[in-house]
Amino acid sequence: MLPITDKSRCEEMVYKILRKKHLITLISGILIVMSFISKNLVDHEKLESILLICASLLGLLPIMIQAFQALKIKVVSIELLVTIAVIGALIISNFEESAIVTFLFLFGAYLEQRTLSKTHSAIKELIEMAPESAWRLTETGDYEEVDVNKVRVGDKLLVKTGNKIPVDGVVIFGEGYINEASITGESIPVHKTIGCKVYAGTIVDNGSLHIIAERVGENTTFSKIIELIEEAQDAKSHAERFIDKFAKYYTPLVLLIAFIVYLVSLNIELAITILVLGCPGALVIGIPVANVAGIGRGAKSGILFKGSDVINAFNKVDTMIFDKTGTLTIGKPQVNEIRVYDEDNIQYIKSLLVSIERTVDHPIAKTIIDYFKETNQLSVQEVNVVKGGGLKGIIDNNHIIVGNLNFLEKEGVAIPDIVYKDVKELMLNGHTIVLVSVNGLCRLLIGIRDQIRPTVKNELTNLRKSGIKHFVVLSGDNQGSVNLLTKDLGITEAYGGMLPEDKVKYIDNLQKQGRKVAFVGDGVNDSPSLARANIGIALESGTDVAIETSDVVLINNDYNSLTLALKLSRRIVKTMKQNIAMALIVVTMLLVSLIFSDWMNMSIGMFVHEASILAVILNSMRLLKYKHK
Amino acid sequence: MKKAIIYLEPLVCPSCTQKIESLIRKVNGVEKDSIKVLFNASKVKFIFNEDVISIQNIINEITKLGYQVLKYDVQVV
Repeated sequence: MLPITDKSRCEEMVYKILRKKHLITLISGILIVMSFISKNLVDHEKLESILLICASLLGLLPIMIQAFQALKIKVVSIELLVTIAVIGALIISNFEESAIVTFLFLFGAYLEQRTLSKTHSAIKELIEMAPESAWRLTETGDYEEVDVNKVRVGDKLLVKTGNKIPVDGVVIFGEGYINEASITGESIPVHKTIGCKVYAGTIVDNGSLHIIAERVGENTTFSKIIELIEEAQDAKSHAERFIDKFAKYYTPLVLLIAFIVYLVSLNIELAITILVLGCPGALVIGIPVANVAGIGRGAKSGILFKGSDVINAFNKVDTMIFDKTGTLTIGKPQVNEIRVYDEDNIQYIKSLLVSIERTVDHPIAKTIIDYFKETNQLSVQEVNVVKGGGLKGIIDNNHIIVGNLNFLEKEGVAIPDIVYKDVKELMLNGHTIVLVSVNGLCRLLIGIRDQIRPTVKNELTNLRKSGIKHFVVLSGDNQGSVNLLTKDLGITEAYGGMLPEDKVKYIDNLQKQGRKVAFVGDGVNDSPSLARANIGIALESGTDVAIETSDVVLINNDYNSLTLALKLSRRIVKTMKQNIAMALIVVTMLLVSLIFSDWMNMSIGMFVHEASILAVILNSMRLLKYKHK
Repeated sequence: MKKAIIYLEPLVCPSCTQKIESLIRKVNGVEKDSIKVLFNASKVKFIFNEDVISIQNIINEITKLGYQVLKYDVQVV
């Protein structure tokens, strides 16, 4: 030990030694090589011993310090086992073993650190997207560059082409195209103009924006995603907690066994070999490393697993329940069908329609205006809103009536037979109907319907192929529109008119039958179901509550990554099992060969031990390269 | 009360998190329930009272334990 004359100087020394660990490893390696040279070439036994003793003591220093630090917090660490083993080897003058064991242990730790940091690479790439500085408007009207941590809510900021958006905010001036890949995983730039929300960590591809800060620092969407991922990686599974507990008692147990073996056999060599062989390295690291690499791989594709328990449970899911509106469908009604009964004047009729719709603030009006964006506008002379019916107005001295069939009939509009036929047909298909009459004749029909997400069908097929057996739709919508949707998608179990508590009850029932249920949805009303299901899956664009209560968040807002998420979770679980199997086989093999063979010694034990740790890390790193087929 | 996030060099052994946590736990002025040592992210988060202890003191303690502090961030809670 170091002479403790001055406590802080001693601590400084300890710090220096730990910092120089890699250098110490290198020097002790060189000393060992030199000792082999002096043994085989120069045949100088004394020099060989001195070199080996130097290597042992030098290498032992950092190990011993760490063992001591762990003891201070009442942890019997692997370092302690190694320290005792090396001191034992020195006592029985087995300098070669003591030197090689310390070197292998240090070198192994070095390699572990290198490879482990690779398993973090996926998340590191994400974190590096974090903005660092911002251009802030000063009182004099200039812009000054400030650290992103100094930006406060309400600050006005300038973001130019190539810059990262520093905080979450709203555009107050200018426009541009923004690459939101860091948030959504979607790399096609999105056009943003005054009033649009922009997110920290996204990049201005082209253009120049003035924004006002709304959420800064740790409160931005980007920071929250990072925080979720970081905490997910540290969230321990049952298996891991078990192993942790096991390791806590396992190391002292090894120490005890070695001591007993020594008392019984009085064989120091055997006792210290047991100490080295008993190191639980690969077993302890097997699950967390696979977990970290797997979560990192998921994050790269915009899938966030909240911890390894989630991965384990997802792996076993056999039933998937979907919310309808906003999950299987886009959730925003759109113009789906147009039937024209006055072909000659259609452009003019559209202009009349859009002009009159612009005067009101109604979801259906907005949908229609969105659809006919390119149409000319005319000035409206007069307009009347009839509640529950529609609109009446005068433009260019033409009388216009817009509304449902009932309303038009009541207003005495002439309605051709073909219109009745079309209305009946489209309503059966789940459309909301808007009819347009000009000067007493119905001339245009518009059918509005929520759309099925274009790729949902394909994704369901893939999920079925990946082993999901049951698909269910639970919706608050009426049974008729639920049936229409499920007929299109080929889902057999579908229930409409479900309140949030009905959905929870339904999930409960399935679970009682032994099904493992995943619930996919993102509204506030889905939160109870998300929490109750074995796995709750929500979109990042969903409500905060939904994200909070769910187990898997699709950061890319894309339900098409469900299959990838499922397959990845299976692969991660498989990797964990492989790692544990590998670690157990190695330990058994070492102990068996210690008892039944005479070639086993401390150095070989340490070598195999370190090699198994690296094997487990490398095996887990394969997850980072996992490709979705 | 302020919230601190300390970024450390990559942590290697899970017992490192225990060491750091028990160290900070002993520091006066740190809210014990708020201490979070994230192993994989190599970050330490906690809430502390600036009138009792300065962030620089806590960082010195961590450094002395043998862990290099890369950067830190203090925010008003």
